Amino acid sequence: MLLTPTAPVANTPGSFRRRFLWRGVMSAGFGLTIALLLTARFGTPLRPNMVRSVCISMLCWFAIDLLRMAAATWRYRNKPLDSAVAVRRWPGWPLMFLSIVLGTVIGFSLGSELANLILGRAGSSYFSGTLPQMMMLLLGSLVPGTVITYWFYSRETIAAKDAAAQAAQRQAAEHQLKLLESQLEPHMLFNTLANLRVLIGIDPIRAQTMLDQLIAFLRATLAGSRAAHQPLGAEFARTADYLALMQVRMGERLQTRFDLPETLADQPVPPLLLQPLVENCIKHGLEPALAGGRIDVCATRQGKTLVLTVRDTGVGLAAGSEDATCFGLVQVRKRLGALYGGQASLSLTAAPGDEGGTLATIRLPLTEAELP
Amino acid sequence: MNATALVAEDEPLLAANLQAELAQLWPDLRIVANVRHGAAAVEQALALQPDVIFLDIRMPGMTGLEAAEAITEDWPEKIPLPLLVFVTAYEQHAMQAFERAAIDYVLKPVRPERLAQTCIRLQAGLRARYTPVTVPTLDDTLARLRELLAIPGIHNGGSSVPRLAVIRAGVGPAIHMVPVGEVLYFEAADKYVRVVTAERDHLIRTSLRELLPQLDPHRFWQIHRGTVVRSDAIATALREESGKVQITLRGHADKLVASRLYGHLFRPM
Repeated sequence: MLLTPTAPVANTPGSFRRRFLWRGVMSAGFGLTIALLLTARFGTPLRPNMVRSVCISMLCWFAIDLLRMAAATWRYRNKPLDSAVAVRRWPGWPLMFLSIVLGTVIGFSLGSELANLILGRAGSSYFSGTLPQMMMLLLGSLVPGTVITYWFYSRETIAAKDAAAQAAQRQAAEHQLKLLESQLEPHMLFNTLANLRVLIGIDPIRAQTMLDQLIAFLRATLAGSRAAHQPLGAEFARTADYLALMQVRMGERLQTRFDLPETLADQPVPPLLLQPLVENCIKHGLEPALAGGRIDVCATRQGKTLVLTVRDTGVGLAAGSEDATCFGLVQVRKRLGALYGGQASLSLTAAPGDEGGTLATIRLPLTEAELP
Repeated sequence: MNATALVAEDEPLLAANLQAELAQLWPDLRIVANVRHGAAAVEQALALQPDVIFLDIRMPGMTGLEAAEAITEDWPEKIPLPLLVFVTAYEQHAMQAFERAAIDYVLKPVRPERLAQTCIRLQAGLRARYTPVTVPTLDDTLARLRELLAIPGIHNGGSSVPRLAVIRAGVGPAIHMVPVGEVLYFEAADKYVRVVTAERDHLIRTSLRELLPQLDPHRFWQIHRGTVVRSDAIATALREESGKVQITLRGHADKLVASRLYGHLFRPM
């Protein structure tokens, strides 16, 4: 049984108690069924049968469950208490089987004694028979013990898997929302709309251009997470749209330069790869800088590698050192890892030259079919 | 005398538009300066002493709120404080605080009807300033501004920053480990922060703005935009007529000044 370490398993005290009680009720039900079967088959009186088999099945369950938890605690003694395996208190089949054998012996003898006590028949123990008889009886109890354990085990495994799947789904949805929120930053959106509102009054032609850019930006952002790839040329165009919007807002404080060799324009790249990098340049590089600065977006080919660089001439890494852990960059890294494994990389360094600022570099394997 | 105003907004189109809208709604209002960032707002506000200041919250360098803090602290005592209006596109967590704090704010995109309301409020506020009976007390204004400054996330990016236990101060090639409990006070010095202990001073290369969220606010009190003092290092506090408070420390000769904005910390129990 392998649970992924992140699979969350419901382990609130409430759910633990509930599952424990549930197993108890099921064991009692099992005992009752046996008693009914015995009475039906052999015509023995129902009451003593019921008392005996319920006592034995309950105590067997109790002993097995306790031994199982003890075994699991011992086995995972060096793991943190909240690790997924330790949480479920499953000691693995060999230890579990040992628990079943021991638990059955203990539960069986104690259960018989208890039943005798209740029925007022002290002394007439199951263990008064011969050794082979005893062995038969024990083996007979081991089989249902193992079957029932297996049944509980698979039930809880399925429940845990369900819970894990639900949690994963919830996580994915939350993540999607966070991603969208980071791409459609409300502050950016409302400021852009404020500028658009002004332009409509004073320069309708420019307002139309700006609206077209906003539409293209929104469309790309909303569709971006669905497509796996798009041509590098399209990615550059989307980035240019975004920067054009920012340029209306920032005026002379934002200069841009794009350099995309025609031979690379058809290279497939994951959509919205450059956008988080460019946003970072604005947010951490140029926005804090009183004079603003310039953003250069370039694509070059180095052997079989496609190199995309985004640099700014803003305040640089030292002033915004949290960049390395920022959500956008983490996302880009994750996506590169998922799509290209170890073949792609993203690095963030201080930009070379005396203009200062930050340089982000993405390296991707070139797609051979597209090479001239 | 016509009222005067200063507009601080980093986006040129929006600044020009605000100025144009104001000209229509309030023809008598004279815009004495239109600046692009917080530091310029402080400088121009103190030099020109306008009656009204429109401050965008997110501006390069210094935010609108920080500019408001600096303007309030350095404002000449004899002249009534200017009326502050914050302009913002979207401050998710702050909206309610703005509502509550009742310093006026305007949302971007600016709607003329809303701006007209603001103008009416401002005109009433200015009239009240010249009729001594109904002057809104200085304490009110300060309390509102304090409330706004306390909102997390407006001038420091995140809110959940781990608390500092030791200050790592570079002294030549060595690093001095200064336990936070030994620090008497922190003082902003340009791009550095001066860390003052009973024995000596250290300079660390960080800003007070970055340092502040890492300090326990009950233990370390901000008493000025550039000064944070360990509360149990304070020996006496002497209130001046202006509202400023002179502070002496235990075991150190330095005297500190708490600005009017933080004067409320030093009222007798």
